[in-house]
Amino acid sequence: MKPLSRQPLQTCVSVSLVAVLCSGPAEAHLNSTGMGPIYDGLMHFLMSPEDVVPALALALLAGLRGVAYGRRASFTLPVAWLVGSLVGLTAAATTGSAFLSSLWFLLLGGLLVADAKLSLRALTALAVLLGLVHGYWNGTGMEPSALAIVALVGLVSGVFVLVVLAAALVVPLRAQWTRIAVRVAGSWIAASGLLMLGWSFRGR
Amino acid sequence: MRIASRRGWTHAMVGLAALLWAQTAAAHLQQGEANGFLTGFQHPITGLDHVLAMVAVGLWGAQLGAPAIWVLPVAFPLVMAMGGMFGLMGVPVPGVEFGIAASAILLGAAVMFEVRAPLFVTAFLVGVFAIFHGYAHGTELPPGQSAVLYSMGFVIATGCLHALGIGIGAVHRWTWGQKLVRAAGGVVAVGGVLFLWKALA
Repeated sequence: MKPLSRQPLQTCVSVSLVAVLCSGPAEAHLNSTGMGPIYDGLMHFLMSPEDVVPALALALLAGLRGVAYGRRASFTLPVAWLVGSLVGLTAAATTGSAFLSSLWFLLLGGLLVADAKLSLRALTALAVLLGLVHGYWNGTGMEPSALAIVALVGLVSGVFVLVVLAAALVVPLRAQWTRIAVRVAGSWIAASGLLMLGWSFRGR
Repeated sequence: MRIASRRGWTHAMVGLAALLWAQTAAAHLQQGEANGFLTGFQHPITGLDHVLAMVAVGLWGAQLGAPAIWVLPVAFPLVMAMGGMFGLMGVPVPGVEFGIAASAILLGAAVMFEVRAPLFVTAFLVGVFAIFHGYAHGTELPPGQSAVLYSMGFVIATGCLHALGIGIGAVHRWTWGQKLVRAAGGVVAVGGVLFLWKALA
C-alpha cells in the first residue's frame, strides 16, 4: 500500500480557502436586492398558485388530448399571457379576483376530470382567454418600465416551460391508470376551486 | 484502493465546489404561503375520524375494482369540497359529527362484509359522507394563511389517504390479503362506533 500523496489535498484546501476568503456578499435578503428582473418574473409566476395551477390544468388537459393540442397550448398560452400582461401594464392598478381564480380552477379541473373531448379550436380559445386574463392581472401589479418588460419575459418563459413539460409528460401516457391519475389531479384542482369559491363568498 | 480514494476525492471536491457556488436560498416566503399548504395538508391526516373514513374509501374501491377504484377517489374530493363550501357559506348541515361517525361505521362495514353494491349506490353513499367531512374539516383556515394553499393541501392530503387505502387494498388479490382488508374494515367500523359514542356523550 503506497501512501497517498498529500500534495493534492494541500492544493485543494488552499484553493478552497482562497475561494472562501474571496466570496462576495451573500445578498440573502431578496426583498432588497431581488434576483434580477428575469428571475423575479419567473419566480412571481412559480410562487403564485393562482397562476400556476390553471396553467398546469390547461397543459394536462391539452396533453390528454394529444400532441397537436399540447403544441397549440404551449405556444398560445404564453403569447396570450404576454399580450395580457402588456395591456395590464398600461391599465390602472388592480388585483386578481379570488372569485374568478376559483372559477378557473373549477372550469379547467372539471374539464380534466371529465376528460372533455374539446376541439382544438375550443382549447385554443380557452388558452387565449386564460392567458389574457391572468396576464392582465400580472401586468396591472407591475410598474410600467423597461425592467417590467424584462420581468414579463421571465414570467412568460416560466409559463412556456411549465406547459411544455406538463403536456409532454401526459401526451405519451397510454396505460389507463396513468390517464386516470391525471384525471384525479383534475379532481383535486376542481375541489380546491370549490373551496376557494367558498372562501371568496366568506370574504377571505 | 487507490482508484477508490481518487473517486472519493473527486466527489469531495465536486461537493465542495457546489457548496461554494451555492445560490441564494430564497427562504423568505410570502406570509402564510408554506404554512397555508402545510396546515391544510396536516389537517386531514391528524384527524383520526377523517383518516379512517378516507382509507376505508380507498379499501372499498380496491375491493370493488374498476371502475369504482377510480370513480370513488375522483368523486370524493369534489363532493367533500362542496361540503366545505356549504360550511363557508354558512349553509346549515345538521348532525355533522354523527354523519362522520356513521361514515366510518358504514364504510368500515362495507369493507368488512365486502359489499358489492351498484356503482351509483356506492358513489352516492361515499358522496353523502364526503359532504360531512368537507363541512367539518374544510372550513378551519387559521388566520393569516393562504386560503388557496390551505385548500390545495387539504384536498391533496385527502387524495393521498385514498391512495393509501388503495395501496393497502392491493393485497386483495391474495386470499390472505382479502382477509386482511376485511379486518381493516372491521377496525374502521369499530373506530366509527367510538366516534359515535363520543358524539353522543
